[in-house]
Amino acid sequence: MRELIKMVVVLTLLTTVSGGLLAGVRAATKDRIELQELNFVKGPVLKMLFKNASNDMIADRFTVKDGKNEVTVFPVVADGKVRYVAFASSGKGFGGDIGVMVGVDVETGKIYGAGVTTHSETPGIGSRAKSEPELVNSRFAGLPIEQEFKVKNDGGQIDAISGATYTSRGLCDAVTNAGKLYSKLEPIIKKKIENLHSS
Amino acid sequence: MAKSITQEFTKGLWAEVPPFRLVLGLCPTLAVTTKVENGIGMGLATTFVLVGSNILVSMLRNVIPSKVRIACFITIIATFVTIVQLLMQAYTYSLYLQLGIFIPLIVVNCIVLGRAEAFASKNSVILSIADALGIGIGYTLSLAAIAMVREALGAGTITLFGKSFVLFGHAFMPFTFMVQAPGAFICLGLMLCIMNMLGSK
Repeated sequence: MRELIKMVVVLTLLTTVSGGLLAGVRAATKDRIELQELNFVKGPVLKMLFKNASNDMIADRFTVKDGKNEVTVFPVVADGKVRYVAFASSGKGFGGDIGVMVGVDVETGKIYGAGVTTHSETPGIGSRAKSEPELVNSRFAGLPIEQEFKVKNDGGQIDAISGATYTSRGLCDAVTNAGKLYSKLEPIIKKKIENLHSS
Repeated sequence: MAKSITQEFTKGLWAEVPPFRLVLGLCPTLAVTTKVENGIGMGLATTFVLVGSNILVSMLRNVIPSKVRIACFITIIATFVTIVQLLMQAYTYSLYLQLGIFIPLIVVNCIVLGRAEAFASKNSVILSIADALGIGIGYTLSLAAIAMVREALGAGTITLFGKSFVLFGHAFMPFTFMVQAPGAFICLGLMLCIMNMLGSK
């Protein structure tokens, strides 16, 4: 009996202390982690996509509710007004999810640019989608966002990146998802942008 | 059987170097050694967890009831792994992105539990720290060695501190097989073979 009580007490104490410690570390690193995510993952892609942006896209970001999820939208100011919005989307690639940042022209509903944020594709093959951004950008830029994207092998309109068909399918998936998201959230996003203009 | 601190430390570097001699912790060994930087990062993260868990397990070795010791060890290890994960996310984010799922998987790395069970739960804190550091550094060096071979052949580069050093000229065609999963097995197998040849003398 004594041993049983000892077991319960030791385990309970151990897990309680661990839990408390972890909550502390989490609270201490939370803000920094969010900042790192924006700076390391999304920031560079945004800067690459929108070279002519005159605002700080990360500082001006706002969130839009999509059911239970929150989508972070980055407005891009060019020629004195918000001309584009960018947001993240993802699709299934060869080695896992591929995160793609998609920029949309607010007036025409066409894709302004697309770039990979996170991926776990094969180094040297699928990873070229990230290391050679023009490969991705040139395939999607200028196309209307609200459509189903597919690689040519699957009867679609997008040339697969040579040697990386699965990766290309993932990219198409991600951009298709982005299109669906955009068509759903377009009214709210436009309203938010108007608020930005008036403020 | 009482060994000195230096002996406990140095055994991890050669006589009991984890992936080659103990043949433990192979999952991350195979998975993350596509870049030298990743291998070293993984090794250091594991070392941190090893040192932390060895210290705590050794300190609590007389308190933890033997029937629930594994549960206690895993709780301690998981706590340290989560701390490492959060710290890496906060301070070395690009490395965290590369290692991804393999950071939380340190929890089930046999080396860490193995050292807690086989060493720290029977030895003093000082010896346990020496043991953890030795094994951890040995593991880090092993990962770096495997990664160096794989990355040099598979991508033609050596990546350290966020910079890629190109080793060969433009005519070099990367032997991409080496940075994929089968290349990891072959590379590990050959290195095990070399280690055994050296050790059998």
